[in-house]
Amino acid sequence: MEEPALVLEGIRAGYGDFQALFDVGLRVTPGEAVGVVGPNGAGKTTLLRVISGMIRPTRGTARFGEVDIAATPAHELPASGIAHVPENRRLFPHLTVEENLKVGAFIPSARKRFAERSEYVFNLFPKMAQRRHQLAGTMSGGEQQMCAIGRALMSSPRILLLDEPSAGLAPIVVAQVFELVKRIRDEGLTVLIVEQNVAQVLRVVDRAYVLDAGRVVAEGASADLAADPAIRNSYLGGH
Amino acid sequence: MDPFLLEALVNGILLGGVFALPVLGCNLVFGVVDVVWLCYAELVMVGMYAVWFLHTQQAWPLYLAFAAALPLVGLLGVLLHLIVVKPLLGAPPINQLLATGGVLFVLQGGAMLVFGTDFRSLGVELPPMEWHDVFVSGTKLAAFCAALAGAAALWAFLKFTYIGIAIRAIARDREVMPLMGVDPRRVYVVASAVGGALAGLAACLLVVQLDVHPFIGLSFGPITFMICVMGGLGNMLGGFLAAFLMGLIVSTGSFWWNTEMSYVIAFAFFIAVIFGRPRGLFAR
Repeated sequence: MEEPALVLEGIRAGYGDFQALFDVGLRVTPGEAVGVVGPNGAGKTTLLRVISGMIRPTRGTARFGEVDIAATPAHELPASGIAHVPENRRLFPHLTVEENLKVGAFIPSARKRFAERSEYVFNLFPKMAQRRHQLAGTMSGGEQQMCAIGRALMSSPRILLLDEPSAGLAPIVVAQVFELVKRIRDEGLTVLIVEQNVAQVLRVVDRAYVLDAGRVVAEGASADLAADPAIRNSYLGGH
Repeated sequence: MDPFLLEALVNGILLGGVFALPVLGCNLVFGVVDVVWLCYAELVMVGMYAVWFLHTQQAWPLYLAFAAALPLVGLLGVLLHLIVVKPLLGAPPINQLLATGGVLFVLQGGAMLVFGTDFRSLGVELPPMEWHDVFVSGTKLAAFCAALAGAAALWAFLKFTYIGIAIRAIARDREVMPLMGVDPRRVYVVASAVGGALAGLAACLLVVQLDVHPFIGLSFGPITFMICVMGGLGNMLGGFLAAFLMGLIVSTGSFWWNTEMSYVIAFAFFIAVIFGRPRGLFAR
């Protein structure tokens, strides 16, 4: 089967009267790793929430291959290959690592492949194998982030959405998380990653969009963006 | 030890086992759907009538009548959810309480219309067991074992099945569930069915011990909710332990004083608990 592309056009979305996204367009082709960067409150999380169906756009189209995202209930999107690691991980702290993975494997196609997928995840994160019977809430922040990514990978997604995987983690752990993201994308999985940690994320993605106040203000190959003086000044702390 | 005190302690544990089932059922539904089924004891009452009717009026063997009560009350739980609770999911909690409280009166009135106000007895009794001057009702002991088996089955369901794990997950974080491909509305229906089936099982255990009448729910409904709150609403393990604690308080209370006073003591203890630990005895 041909891998689907994610295409967003003219997306407007928000919460009640508050509009967070203004005519945002975005495209992720299969096998690509794409970043969405920008300051706090730029609408990055909202963008991911639109893609995973958690909020409905008020205008615009969002498609993943043949699937019309805006017309599909959120709980049906994982079966079409979208997996979303939400902001703040949202693990189930009172469940064990393995039980968290089981929730990630809830959809019928994933249940059948549970053994195979959990082996893949444990191979990717050997620490999770050691801690499979530990309560997720008792692990360190970095381990919880790995568990959250593992939970999303259990459904054999065709695109992985990552919302601020580095948030709240120590710098050395952030480096480990990005190393893992790199490994996942090197295995051919399509990745869309939202980050405030612009410098780090530009090293692992092919392309990136810069989102500011709900609008795409720049886009391009990550090397070009990292070299752009305007981007460096505004979003990279001017180094 | 005084054999009568020992007997009271044993009876307290047996009673706790019977309290435990409706407490688990109530907590399951509350934990998942976030709605208190005020009519829970009346679901049990309907199950008791079902067993009584099938066994004494339709001459079904008792085990078949028991086997029918579980899915029957489970279905009643699903209907309660779909007809009464679901339309009120976004409504203020007081509306939900009033609605399920209304169902309580509908079920009581319905039972009165269909079966009248007579006390109906199943007329089955297992011989008592004796051990060192301590007499234990065989019926109560069998009911206790069945309650434990029911609780163990519930535990295994919540621990090992995908839907069971999703039920425990959704009790903590509802919004994130669709990202896992879980439709919360479907989980609500499953939890309501299981909560109803637990009421059905409780009905089987009670109908062999008590005569059924339309107001039987009042004799264990209030204490069920009290135990739920005492263990921490939605906290399954807390409710389970609190059920035994309450069973012991009631039965030793009737040993030291009398049956009426034992419930006074139980309620006084409950009031003390909610002042001291408003989130439940076993809140972490």
